Amino acid sequence: MNIIRQLLSKPWLSDDADITDSYNQTQCLRVVQTQSTKTALVFFLMVVTVVFFLISITFLSRSQYPDFTALAGPPWLPFSNPITLWVNSAFLLLASIVIRFAATSKASNESVANTRMVLALCLTGLFSCLFLIGQLLVWQQLTASGFAVNGNPANSYFYLFTGIHGLHLAGGFIALIRVVISFVKHADNERLSANLGLCVWYWHYLFIVWMLLFALLTATPATYKTIALLCGF
Amino acid sequence: MKEIQPIADDHQPSGFFAKYVWSLDHKVIAIQYSVTAIFVGLIALVLSALMRLQLGFPDHFSFIDPSSYLQYVTMHGIIMVIYLLTALLLGGFGNYLIPLMIGARDMVFPYLNMLSFWTYLVSVIVLIASFFVTGGPTGAGWTLYPPQAILQGTPGADNGILLMLLSLAIFIIAFTMGGLNYVTTILQARTRGMTLMRMPLTLWGIFIATILGLLAFPALLVSAIMMLFDKLLGTSFFMPAILSLGENLDYTGGSPILFQHLFWFFGHPEVYIVALPAFGMVSDVIATHARKNIFGYRMMVWAIVAIGGLSFVVWAHHMYVSGMNPYFGFFFATTTLIIAVPTALKVYNWLLTLWRGNIHFTVPMFFAIGFIFTFTHGGLTGLFLGNVVVDLPLSDTFFVVAHFHMVMGVSPIMVLFAAIYHWFPLVTGRMLHTGLGKLHFWVTFLGTYAIYLPMHYLGFLGVPRRYFALGDTAFIPDSTQTLNAGITVAALIVGVGQLIFIFNLIWSLRRGKVAVANPWQATSLEWQTPQCPPVHGNWGDNVPVVYRWAYDYSVPGHKTDFTPQNKTDAESLLPDKGGL
Amino acid sequence: MVIAVVILLLVISSLLFHFLSPWWFTPIASNWTAIDQTINITFWVTGTVFVAVNLFLAYVVYRYRHNKNRKADYEPENHKLEGWLTVLTSIGIIAMLTPGLFVWADFVDVPADANEVEVVGQQWHWSFRLPGDDGQLGRTAIALINLNNPFGIDPDDPHGQDDVLINSNELHLPIERPVKVLLRSKDVLHNFTVPQFRVKMDLVPGTQSYLWFTPTLLGRYEILCLELCGIAHYTMRGHVVVESESDYQTWLNQQPTFKQSLARISRDIAAGQQSYTACIACHGVNGEGNRAIGAPVLAGQESDYLNRQLNYFRSNIRGGSDDDIYGRQMLPFAAMLADDAAVANISRYLHSLPLVTVTKSTEHRGNVSVGREIYKNCAVCHGEFAQGHYAQKAPKLAGQYTGYLKRQLENYQQGIRGKHPQDMYGSQMILMSKLLQDEQAIDDVLAYIATLQPVQ
Repeated sequence: MNIIRQLLSKPWLSDDADITDSYNQTQCLRVVQTQSTKTALVFFLMVVTVVFFLISITFLSRSQYPDFTALAGPPWLPFSNPITLWVNSAFLLLASIVIRFAATSKASNESVANTRMVLALCLTGLFSCLFLIGQLLVWQQLTASGFAVNGNPANSYFYLFTGIHGLHLAGGFIALIRVVISFVKHADNERLSANLGLCVWYWHYLFIVWMLLFALLTATPATYKTIALLCGF
Repeated sequence: MKEIQPIADDHQPSGFFAKYVWSLDHKVIAIQYSVTAIFVGLIALVLSALMRLQLGFPDHFSFIDPSSYLQYVTMHGIIMVIYLLTALLLGGFGNYLIPLMIGARDMVFPYLNMLSFWTYLVSVIVLIASFFVTGGPTGAGWTLYPPQAILQGTPGADNGILLMLLSLAIFIIAFTMGGLNYVTTILQARTRGMTLMRMPLTLWGIFIATILGLLAFPALLVSAIMMLFDKLLGTSFFMPAILSLGENLDYTGGSPILFQHLFWFFGHPEVYIVALPAFGMVSDVIATHARKNIFGYRMMVWAIVAIGGLSFVVWAHHMYVSGMNPYFGFFFATTTLIIAVPTALKVYNWLLTLWRGNIHFTVPMFFAIGFIFTFTHGGLTGLFLGNVVVDLPLSDTFFVVAHFHMVMGVSPIMVLFAAIYHWFPLVTGRMLHTGLGKLHFWVTFLGTYAIYLPMHYLGFLGVPRRYFALGDTAFIPDSTQTLNAGITVAALIVGVGQLIFIFNLIWSLRRGKVAVANPWQATSLEWQTPQCPPVHGNWGDNVPVVYRWAYDYSVPGHKTDFTPQNKTDAESLLPDKGGL
Repeated sequence: MVIAVVILLLVISSLLFHFLSPWWFTPIASNWTAIDQTINITFWVTGTVFVAVNLFLAYVVYRYRHNKNRKADYEPENHKLEGWLTVLTSIGIIAMLTPGLFVWADFVDVPADANEVEVVGQQWHWSFRLPGDDGQLGRTAIALINLNNPFGIDPDDPHGQDDVLINSNELHLPIERPVKVLLRSKDVLHNFTVPQFRVKMDLVPGTQSYLWFTPTLLGRYEILCLELCGIAHYTMRGHVVVESESDYQTWLNQQPTFKQSLARISRDIAAGQQSYTACIACHGVNGEGNRAIGAPVLAGQESDYLNRQLNYFRSNIRGGSDDDIYGRQMLPFAAMLADDAAVANISRYLHSLPLVTVTKSTEHRGNVSVGREIYKNCAVCHGEFAQGHYAQKAPKLAGQYTGYLKRQLENYQQGIRGKHPQDMYGSQMILMSKLLQDEQAIDDVLAYIATLQPVQ
């Protein structure tokens, strides 16, 4: 129901109340639970978005300081040709695709469906792990080639961004495992399907965030300047 | 009507640990939060007494040196704002009241709720641990400004600051878990008939405050992580090229002002995270004890929403003298003075609720009146500080200290006491002793005003805050020392006076008068449970259905001067008006 | 009933307190009377609201107290009333904000003819720099700061050569001339405040902030740091002296430029040794001092500190008090040093002397572990090993006679030392010495210092 209309309603007039607005608890318990988890995830994603947004905005501001040296641009800079990052992105994309498959695959036979789902979830786990390992490799390579975390601010922000992103992915991983364990314990198909759907959203969200970070962290100084100007720095 | 399944864990908990320690019941969790918060709050109160001893009687207490003084200042501030007020208002009252007021059996995520308490407790333990590490807790002020917070010359720059930042990060995780519960429960688990606009203002305050918290705490988290990086990894987020005690350090290029932006982007909404639940609760206390509907309910809701939204665009009024781009001053002064308007409207509406009411002078009502008086005062002094150029002579003086204690310390505490005296019968089934309550009120109300009114004048004079001692300063007359001593005495009396309250709480738990159900004859749902105090599952077999808003007090044509939200018209109207 | 009366009384007593209180703004000494006027407007608006709201509160609380024969009204809302209240409140807000923003615009917009002064802040004292004849301040960098270049001016920048350096806590300004104060910090956040001038601003390391004002009243005004900058934040004081143009010129001519300060670096240690012969009788041929007659160890002491103390003795800034028995003895000896160069030479010579070991005194009994706790407050300036630091203007304490140190602490506590207005860092030590609230505390901290090994 339209939130504005709600805020404008006069609650002391009983005939003005829109009762269908209020959530009807006579509905099935599971539906309440599913709706709730979805709402919670939406709010959680808002929180995570604020985190990344704030780091990004401070990053853009810092990019205009004289001591900032972008990590991309001339060919000798590590991200002028970020092959490893592309590979990692591919892993994350595969993880996203596979988890979607796990959540939506339909098969005639229940045991086939379950097997497919289990396989797909294992692949999700595998690809996500490969992504995280790949990120750690990038860290290692960067540090070895002299771009330590406490060097240039561009370095610091790279480690910060990827570290926080990685932590969120790891957290999602734990949530996914809990979803699977819960399914194994209670064999509730509807609940599983709902929760898997939410995991899919989360993986897609982290993938989009990653691609935005990728673009931001491998941009050239000229790009930073343009974006910073747009933001008023 | 179909049989409703409880949302919460269906199994009745058994055994001491399941019932009282790892409980999933929102009421138990609320009490756990409240007890923990009040406990650390008392520690912070003692710290403030130590601070006042130094300020009132300098050179008398050899165990208070500049280093420990700054540590007391810092820990007092951070505990009060975050670990007491935020935790008690949202974790304590939010947890207890939300499911009851919306007619739910529990929060939608009881397990997550339990986790959030234990995480909060861990954050408290980590914070207190900083008293026991080498160098002691950080003494950088609750605002933790870099570069000083992580450099020698400030207490706790080695270990204390690390534990502080870690504790804050853990708290934020706890808050996020709790916050997701509160907003989701309010949005999804309201019982039939409970529209958003039929919710009591307590819930609106808590609801918007939770959203503010979810969106604002990330800024604190980001700034804490960046400061940890600067300290532990040698990055330069906030650290420019600097000397530390004469030695050149390795940092370069960072901006201390950046920290301040991040901190206050969190810090300003934080004060509304404390204030909005207080506004909501005091509205309900006033309405109940004056037997009158809250005046202008819609405006009150809109004001809460507006204040919540505006609170995100005023933060740099804490930074007028920070050295930031001075042109920002124009923008933030304007938004800050704009936010005064919805706040003022709320004050008018509380007064207009009392107008033509039938005011019972119960202890909650006394505290509510005390709130109106002190909040008006504190809000008005905020207008001085918000007006950028007026802030210039007053910034970083005791005027600021007096202002924020009035609006954060005194008035929300008035509401907290009002709320505790009001809801104590619901939680425990007993009444708090009225005589002791009134004594507690007078000592606290008059005492805190005696502390903070004169303090503003120290600020006008120019007496700086966070000064261990004033020494021989030409423009500060000796009479200032007398004034400081007087404030200290008042503070000690108020501090000791709180023992009356603690005693009342403990005594009344065992020997308080047994409460009848709904002793204040309130309309909101939390008082309409079949058992008082409510048991696990809250509503017995059937959850309530709501037929009216939360403020049907003294409605013409109704049988009694209050009509609970779950009473139908047939049950509540007089026979000649259509009732039964 | 009672509460209504109490509220009324609180309103009246608050008003009385306001009008009768002696605690108000210090008399203004700058052009910013507009700030005071804006504050007055704010007072009238907020004061009116305070009185009106609380009188109304007292009234309703009295008039509508519980009466079982009366029923409360039922009025969910009243649009018209709420509308009017919104309008009135907004008018009040605008009435305060508008003048405020105009005055702020004046603050942001510095007059073109303002002279520039740089205030440099560090833990825990002030120093100042003027642009000199070319009107431009030279480039500075943290990396360039050292004992010989405390301002960190780039010697290759021609604009910096004529910068006037004031390496003390006292700034002079000519009356009635607008001044733009540029604020720079060497280490942490500080804040430059002179309450009589009304304006203040933080010093932020890594960037430069500013404020401006025109001093309008002759006088000597205290500078306070108003941004918590560490343990000794409350001791970070200075002074601004507002004087006539001619007095100002006199003062200005006495201050060295950067170029001159560079020229002074080379010290003639041999000449210093020569001057020192007059001091050997008390202070010993190796600068080891003499416990019995109260002469301190001088060997290896911070040269900057010795320089300053000798100059103080020469100008009776130290040792001028009748109660300073030993200090007075120094006056004629210090007077023997003909000029600044002689002072600098002898200081450098003494600094170069190898450290001496002093035998521990048996008189004073102090508790070393208590002393360690106390000393943490001193360490921030005097160093973890009491080795002193030129940047903190702090002398070496390790390896010094306990009796001498004790006498100095007592002199500070009693104002025998450090009270002279030209003793730039004396007030700081007076404040710090007050931490030691009895003789036992002094003995304790000195017992701890006695355990510290002096380092070269």
